[in-house]
Amino acid sequence: MFPFSFEWIWDMGHMVFHGGLWYALSIMGLGLTYCIIKAAVDTAKGKGGYHH
Amino acid sequence: MEKENSKKFGMVIDLDKCTGCGSCMVACMAENNIPFREDETDKLLSVSWMHVYRLTNVKPFPDTEECYLPRPCQHCEGHHGHSPCVSVCPATATDYDMDTGIVSQIYTRCFGCRYCMAACPYHVRQFNWWDPLWPDGMEKSLNPNVSVRMRGVVEKCSFCIHRYQLAKDQAYMEGRREIEEDEYQTACTQACPAGAITFGDLNNPKHAVYQMVKPDKKNGGKPKNPKAFRLLERLGTNAKVYYLSSREWVRRAGDNYLKTEGQAKHA
Amino acid sequence: MDSALIPEGVKRCPTWQFIIWIGVVGAVMMWGVFAILLVYIKGLNQTNMNNAYGFALWIWADLTVIALGGGAFFTGFLRYIIGKDELKHIINYAVLIGFICYSSALLILGFDVGQPLRAWFIFWHANVHSMLTEVAFCLTCYFGVLCIEYLPLALENRQIDKVPFFHHLSHNMHEIMAVFAATGAFLSFFHQGSLGGVPGVMFGRPFGFREGVLIWPWTFFLFTWSAAAGGPCFTILITKITEKAVRKKLVKDNVIELLAKISGWMLVGYMVAKIIDTWYWAAFTAPSKGFTLMDFYANNPGSVYGIWILIAEIGVCGVLPALILITDKGRKNRIALFLAVLLAVLGVCLNRWVMVLQVLAVPVLTFENWAQYLPSWQEIATTILPVAYGIIMISLSYRYLPVFPQERELNPIEAPVSQTQEQLPEPETPPAGAEPEPSPSGS
Ligand code: SF4
Ligand code: SF4
Repeated sequence: MFPFSFEWIWDMGHMVFHGGLWYALSIMGLGLTYCIIKAAVDTAKGKGGYHH
Repeated sequence: MEKENSKKFGMVIDLDKCTGCGSCMVACMAENNIPFREDETDKLLSVSWMHVYRLTNVKPFPDTEECYLPRPCQHCEGHHGHSPCVSVCPATATDYDMDTGIVSQIYTRCFGCRYCMAACPYHVRQFNWWDPLWPDGMEKSLNPNVSVRMRGVVEKCSFCIHRYQLAKDQAYMEGRREIEEDEYQTACTQACPAGAITFGDLNNPKHAVYQMVKPDKKNGGKPKNPKAFRLLERLGTNAKVYYLSSREWVRRAGDNYLKTEGQAKHA
Repeated sequence: MDSALIPEGVKRCPTWQFIIWIGVVGAVMMWGVFAILLVYIKGLNQTNMNNAYGFALWIWADLTVIALGGGAFFTGFLRYIIGKDELKHIINYAVLIGFICYSSALLILGFDVGQPLRAWFIFWHANVHSMLTEVAFCLTCYFGVLCIEYLPLALENRQIDKVPFFHHLSHNMHEIMAVFAATGAFLSFFHQGSLGGVPGVMFGRPFGFREGVLIWPWTFFLFTWSAAAGGPCFTILITKITEKAVRKKLVKDNVIELLAKISGWMLVGYMVAKIIDTWYWAAFTAPSKGFTLMDFYANNPGSVYGIWILIAEIGVCGVLPALILITDKGRKNRIALFLAVLLAVLGVCLNRWVMVLQVLAVPVLTFENWAQYLPSWQEIATTILPVAYGIIMISLSYRYLPVFPQERELNPIEAPVSQTQEQLPEPETPPAGAEPEPSPSGS
């Protein structure tokens, strides 16, 4: 999974596969982080809150 | 990539000589610490690296003929080491060694997904459905050079690779770089009373296996000897176990043919 | 008792009834859990798999739930990327069903392997050339996406939503859902495909093997395609069954019909591709290995794998539902629609069955015979477990979360009926659904 495991080789397969994988993981991670931070900021600002 | 001096260990099994006695199977069981159970009636649940099949020409008496066919792992090379089983293993638990041509199995790495079993057309790969248990006292006779396998992993014939290691160690101690043909022989080869099994380096023209089948390197290793054939040649597995038979129906039983494909096609 | 948790403006069955229901389904689930424990403690000898059938019921179940869970990614793709806005009324449910399917798939994989404690080797020692590796990675990542997609819905529970942080979180997640949906579609494309690649790359198995482009056999694309076609059909099917079970309409017809129409055309496309693939395989690929089409379908015990299976898969469960779904009349007719989605779902199940079990059953060595297999009760119990688990998840979500945004509009409650029913809020409050109102100060 990581370049330090012994079966790792820097070939096309590994680069494409792990490129895709980490790309997807970063988008998910960044998206989630953004939502959480923004929610925290919104809460701190005391925005509307629950609207029912 | 295959190097200049890399080996390609392979086997030639002469079906004209094989009597179906099963010595190879027994020798293999003992050599490789293969587990067995009290009830071995269901062969689809038991482990046997070497398996002897009985073939018949399905003709009525008096034309009935039989043939016994021992089947170890074929150590398929596929295209450039792309064996059917190696390429599919998700955990890199089985490997095609470019230096020896041996398909290895790492028992402690295999997690038992069984994809390789599905991919091997020869039913060579077998699963440890149970934990291995030996009758009391018998564990003392286990071969110390071969690790026993735990339940939940796949195992298969290794061409007795531990014997290769031992032979190489020996040669090293004696200051030699190369081992002789007779220094590395599999247990089944040595056990066969009919001398039906021959083992050696298919890359080495001096070795008996090479001389018997004359593998055509340019033609994907196909044998030049018209009596020789490989199992399921047409699938492109590029096996390293060759069979010899003087009987046409036996050679034809080694592969699938359409009805329209003439008898001559195979030779 | 639990009325404070139930979404506003909808009616739910009394608590005691709900508890009995969960208890009954829970008992079935416990049966499965018991079987799992047996498998974990005693090993895979609890199954009827053998050295010829290394893949069996479980792998089939895995492939099938993943294909049927494809409704989540494809509906999400249509809703967020293509912009089919009506689908927002069913996306919650599609996501929920997808979530159940994928968590079940991961669960099954968890006990299907011989050495479960080493299952992480598939990630750690990944062989990037194996289809199964790709499946494992994409599956796990996509399950993460489904959790992200399901989370905002869970946060919309009446009590949780009162917490300002959770309210904002859910709102913010909805805002950028398209990003997650796109990632989900990307991951789904690959793992659905890789599952198809599993049999497709096995060049030692002429029944499964297919040619393809680059490293991807044709089955790669066929599996993705059939998941995109069959998944939404499963979503519709489950929606219809849920409506029957709770005896009310939950999603408007136009929404269902739109999804049905798209599925229908996807199914048409899939069928064309599948027929071409089958023809090419029967006419060229298999003969090149010495097999005729009928070698794969004849002479097996009890005709379990007779040619009927191909006719059923392509004709009855493929072309027929496709034709029903693409015609306006077919979609408008309740029975025809139900039949069509049911058949389409069965078609996907059958396809996965064939591509897992028949691949292994067909003898390849000329001196071997068809392999036979009947699942053990442990395998059946563990395969029913996800169904029970799914029913419980759906029941809980339906009871406590605003899964169906149109439910209130379709089932207005005249007046506070019983003592458990709280005072209704002002009638003009928009339904709390997939799209929460932006917070007042946000405008
Ligand atoms: S015979 Fe089977 S196990 Fe042996 S190398 Fe070939 S595919 Fe692999
Ligand atoms: S069973 Fe073991 S060796 Fe075979 S594919 Fe799975 S992890 Fe690899």
